[in-house]
Amino acid sequence: MSTLVVENLRVEIQAGARLLKPVDDVSFVIGANECVALLGESGCGKSMTALALMRLLPDGGRVASGSVRLDDEDVFALTEAAMGEVRGGRLAMIFQEPQSSLNPVMTVSDQINEALVAHRGLTGAAAASEEAVRLLEAVGLGREKLDAYPFQLSGGQRQRALIAMMLAGEPEVLIADEPTTALDVTVQAQILKLLKALQVQRGMGLLLITHDLDVASDMADRVAVMYAGQIVEWASRAALYTAPKHPYTQKLFAVLPRLDRRGERLDSLPGRVPGPDSAFTGCRFADRCPAVFERCRVETPSFHEATPGHWSRCHLAEPCSRDVGSTDAAQRNPGTLESIPRMPPATASGLTKCVLEVRDLAVHFPIRKGLLKRTVGHVKAVDGVSLQVAAGETLALVGESGCGKTTLARAILRLIEPTAGQVSLLGEPLANLRGEALRRKRSEMQIVFQDPFSSLNPRMKVGEILAEGMAAQSFLSVAARPARINDLLNQVGLPEDAVGRYPHEFSGGQRQRIAIARALAVEPKLLILDEPTSALDVSVQAQILNLLADLQKMHGLAYLFITHNLSVVSYLAHRVAVMRGGKIVESGMAETLLTRPQNAYTQLLLDSAPGKKALLPAE
Amino acid sequence: MLIKPVLLWSDALILLLLASVGLLVWLARNNDTFRAPWRQVMRSRMGSSTALILSVYIGIGLLDSLHYVERLPTPAGQPASQPAQYSGEVLSALDALLKPLRENVEKTYSAPFATHLYAKETVLGPNGRETRDYPRLQHGGAHLADPERDFWADVSERAGLGLLGGWVVWLLWRSWFGCRNGCQNSGARFGLPGGACSATGPPRRNFTLLVILLTIGALLALAPHYHVLGTDKVGQDVLYLSLKSIRTGLLIGSLTTLIMLPFALTLGIAAGYFGGRIDDAIQYLYTTLNSIPGVLLIAAAVLVVQVQIETHAELFETAAARSDVRLLALCAILGVTGWTGLARLLRAEALKLRELEFVQAARAFGVTDARILLRHLLPNVMHLVLITVVIDFSGLVLAEAVLSYVGVGVDPGMISFGNMINGARLELAREPVVWWQLAAAFVFMFVLVLAANLFADQVRDALDPKSKERA
Amino acid sequence: MLNYLLRRVLYAIPILLGVNLLTFALFFMVNTPDDMARIHLGAKHVTAEAIERWKSEHGYDKPLFFNTAAAGAEKVSDTLFVEKSLKLFVFDFGASDDGRDIAREIGQRMWPSLAIALPTFIVGLLAYVSFALLLVFFRGTALDTGGVILCVALMSISGLFYVIGGQYLMGKLWHWFPISGYQPGLDAWKFMVMPVLVSLIGGIGDSSRFYRALFLEEIGKDYVRTARAKGLSDLRVLFRHVLGNAMIPILTGVVVVIPRLFMGSLIIESFFGIPGLGSYTIDAIQAQDFAIVRSMVFLGSLLYIIGLMLTDISYTWADPRVRLE
Repeated sequence: MSTLVVENLRVEIQAGARLLKPVDDVSFVIGANECVALLGESGCGKSMTALALMRLLPDGGRVASGSVRLDDEDVFALTEAAMGEVRGGRLAMIFQEPQSSLNPVMTVSDQINEALVAHRGLTGAAAASEEAVRLLEAVGLGREKLDAYPFQLSGGQRQRALIAMMLAGEPEVLIADEPTTALDVTVQAQILKLLKALQVQRGMGLLLITHDLDVASDMADRVAVMYAGQIVEWASRAALYTAPKHPYTQKLFAVLPRLDRRGERLDSLPGRVPGPDSAFTGCRFADRCPAVFERCRVETPSFHEATPGHWSRCHLAEPCSRDVGSTDAAQRNPGTLESIPRMPPATASGLTKCVLEVRDLAVHFPIRKGLLKRTVGHVKAVDGVSLQVAAGETLALVGESGCGKTTLARAILRLIEPTAGQVSLLGEPLANLRGEALRRKRSEMQIVFQDPFSSLNPRMKVGEILAEGMAAQSFLSVAARPARINDLLNQVGLPEDAVGRYPHEFSGGQRQRIAIARALAVEPKLLILDEPTSALDVSVQAQILNLLADLQKMHGLAYLFITHNLSVVSYLAHRVAVMRGGKIVESGMAETLLTRPQNAYTQLLLDSAPGKKALLPAE
Repeated sequence: MLIKPVLLWSDALILLLLASVGLLVWLARNNDTFRAPWRQVMRSRMGSSTALILSVYIGIGLLDSLHYVERLPTPAGQPASQPAQYSGEVLSALDALLKPLRENVEKTYSAPFATHLYAKETVLGPNGRETRDYPRLQHGGAHLADPERDFWADVSERAGLGLLGGWVVWLLWRSWFGCRNGCQNSGARFGLPGGACSATGPPRRNFTLLVILLTIGALLALAPHYHVLGTDKVGQDVLYLSLKSIRTGLLIGSLTTLIMLPFALTLGIAAGYFGGRIDDAIQYLYTTLNSIPGVLLIAAAVLVVQVQIETHAELFETAAARSDVRLLALCAILGVTGWTGLARLLRAEALKLRELEFVQAARAFGVTDARILLRHLLPNVMHLVLITVVIDFSGLVLAEAVLSYVGVGVDPGMISFGNMINGARLELAREPVVWWQLAAAFVFMFVLVLAANLFADQVRDALDPKSKERA
Repeated sequence: MLNYLLRRVLYAIPILLGVNLLTFALFFMVNTPDDMARIHLGAKHVTAEAIERWKSEHGYDKPLFFNTAAAGAEKVSDTLFVEKSLKLFVFDFGASDDGRDIAREIGQRMWPSLAIALPTFIVGLLAYVSFALLLVFFRGTALDTGGVILCVALMSISGLFYVIGGQYLMGKLWHWFPISGYQPGLDAWKFMVMPVLVSLIGGIGDSSRFYRALFLEEIGKDYVRTARAKGLSDLRVLFRHVLGNAMIPILTGVVVVIPRLFMGSLIIESFFGIPGLGSYTIDAIQAQDFAIVRSMVFLGSLLYIIGLMLTDISYTWADPRVRLE
């Protein structure tokens, strides 16, 4: 099979008057039958690199310089017609969003056949459909999915169908751009396993673009770490995961929340990835680097081979320079019950003070059908859930999409009316509260949402956002509120001049801080955190998790932490409840549940988490 | 007092509109999220030049909205203490400025720059014999001793002077506000943001301004002495008619929106936010209104209004007041029947917004519905409203012409583009063709609507997040 | 599907009732039959007796909703509302104010209307979509920019000018077609070409720009990137993928007007002297014949509702996700 060689690739995008350089001098190689992971946080230029390889850059984007060679073929020198042969033929690509990446009005077989016609010249209906079935079976879908439309498939099935389409041209290199980011953890494990198996069977090169260190570790033979449009480290997986050379890579490992870091503060990485329109002198990572020294600010580090096969773009990793000192950041703790650090006890008052008690809560949505729209059945989004959260305690509610965890959160807050069951806050049942009494009670429970972009009104200043809850709850006198707002901003680590600014001036992590401050403004006892870090990069996630831990300690808050991310759960939860199909299937102390799950589904979740290597075929 | 100001209903509404726009601008003056898109519009070449053209139209329309009546001279022999008598003819500031145009009425058609009438008449020759010939115009080119000899020299002299005047004003403007040193423009001088001079912005605006100034200069020099655009069937100057039509067009375009907005905003947002029965009721309402063919619904309502005006003729003091009420009624009808489109858009947007997390967060605080609607929903749909308003504007100006043709537009006695076209379209059958009235209406309307459309595009690009992504 | 249609028919009844009430209120309550009579009689002949006579001749001499003079069920049925408004539901349009049977007129006049409107609709749709596809295929080039500018310029011209200009050029100056008029049968095409052409040109700016925006929106979507990543040619992506998906929003705007094609276009028919429903309506408006206007309002609403149903049905064909339930 063939190798893909990328040399000195630069991509420029003209966005209005600004010239963006999302990819700036990127070189790497994908050998035959090799999986290379392109690793980095959002905004590093990973996807742009991939699109440039496919010559699918968005309007306004162009390759400024560099070359891509597939064996001896110079991809950038091809005519557009010849590129059509290569695209989907020798070089194929799958995308992140299985929801939107398939044409919604064409059947799966139509969409596969198109590729077969284009690249294999299969025109006969019988031959084509025979081949389509073979492809579907290769990705683990049955023949009956041939005539299905994308909307009739689940997310994982759609991603499989997309893979089948891209395999139709028998590609030599497959590019997978965050192929599992939008999927649930169990489905992610299946898709990754499928990709690895296909790569091995077909001897393809696989370029896996991901932000997840564990996914890269499971899949890749070699890893390229990208930062601000450049590759900062390039090494075999083994070398990178045992002895990362670049401070950025080291930091990426250090900020991961994990079971063996329970109770510790997470290492954090200040600042954010510089934008693609920044101008640089010296090292691009200098502003955030813990090991920065004066040379970094003036001299751009070269990309050099630190140890054989291990390249790095850091002055410290140059031969005959100071030793970086190998960190044990990447050393993984297998995590047995005995070795897990104990969480500090919830609060001094102990676990006795129950803040939230939910008993047999159910939320059913009616299904209406027929001439008169009669109710013929119910969707049981939440079906008899009971749980308790004490002051100072974190209860993690774990489950995959559609299990009802968000509906449960909204029902607890009475944003939707529960069908049955009872929610008590500080011993007082909410069900009987109406109007003013319910409004008063709302100050005791607040929520922080997942998406830091849609959770803040873009038309309100930060000061107004923070004051809104206080005004609604008549909390403090109007005169006392500005001082309280300043205090809140301090608590969440934002400057005081944020008051007069609008949300769009802040980064995702800062916005999430604003959202937390907003929730805290009315001094709640219970904070429901609905996937508060899943839209954030890992380095920012660490900052927010640290902040949440501090705030819990300071105010004795009870957290109901809703998430699908098991490593976050293992890092911060006191207790865990696993939810599936509207019911809680298992709950218990975090240490026990995560190491000795009783329920088969819990076991499956734990096994599916990337970084286990358990699901992959023996190499 | 020789004149008495008259405030027609439409004038009052224009003042109200100006005041509310002014208030909005004042409220949003420090609000960056509101200001940024407008700055983007004004910085683009297309945006600033179309805005300039529109503001010229608006200026003319506003001048035409300052109405007054003249005091009739006290009849001789009457004591001066008698209450003053006022003329029944309502005039405007524009009329005063265009006095020569308004009063230089010929007998019937005459072509642009003509010195003779379009139709032959029996004239008394110098020798006392009656002949059928084209008589000299009473005003157009009347100052020329021998039109055939002097015409071109006179016209080019006057036009040249006018153009020169326009150019000089332009130079003055440029030296005062212009971007001479490349770092100063009007914005910087007034301390406005956006004062930083962009490489592409001002020159085009200068160019548009130059064209406008040259046009105005030439017209100022020529119009008092010639009928630059000819005269119509009853001898009125077509340029005067065209300028007077502007107010009607602008009024229809803006007042309709003013009337439509409250319906669209309240009903659309309420339907989306509250859902359930309220949504059902509002949807029923707009499906019902939508189901009636638009022109028919408007026609039906206008007919009814017309009958009402006819049966209550005693309520109106002047013809102007009467046609004014009819115009307002037309705007009201267009507004009441035209809110459904925007309401649907707002309903869909409110449906989306209500599920957004910042609205949920507000509800979790127990913020009241009224406050959520006001603080969270309304500001976040304003861009849609603005886009719709500017896009609808040009459509309404065009609609006036069609409705007036159908007979359900403005009062037939009112000067408007529709009535101008209507009066002229049959004259194409004449030989030689009477084309100038149509041409004038065409040009004046085309420039207005084209500028409005292009401006609307710029506003949409600046305000619509979706189109920004595409760019 | 059948259930769905049945429900839509049931839903149509309150809408039509609402339309009826609205027109009834406009024409009988805001404007009383007395006003109508006064207008038709003209200022000279208005006497109380003349008004009464006119009203009884045209059947307007009944109470609005409740007839105290009548007995039994007639108390309700022998009223203006039932006679003039509810009878529309059984297509009993009654007579126009000049005494002709409205239903017969409609039956005769819809065919010329259709003869103009149907070709305009079909050719127009094809032409506008093709033009928009052309612009989109060359997006970002001078052709696209020029096309968009042309569209904006064309849509900035009042429709009246297209008609006037068309008649002047094609009719008077070049003598291609008769300026106006209509005759049924084989010679009809002579009279059809110009109105159709004029409507086509008049609509191109607005529609093509709208379709172009739709296509551009689709082109930005992820599945288009997938299709291109499969190595499909730009043309195939445009026709198979983009057009297929854009059909859904296109249908929303297009199908709903199909039933209304029967009613013709007011402007076109009146300018070109086509004896269709459009000119019938416009004549009625100008003659203030409220009986005809009322009938046309009802007919228009009915056709609109049918159009809405057709739109929904067409979705099931264009979009596999839609199942009428």
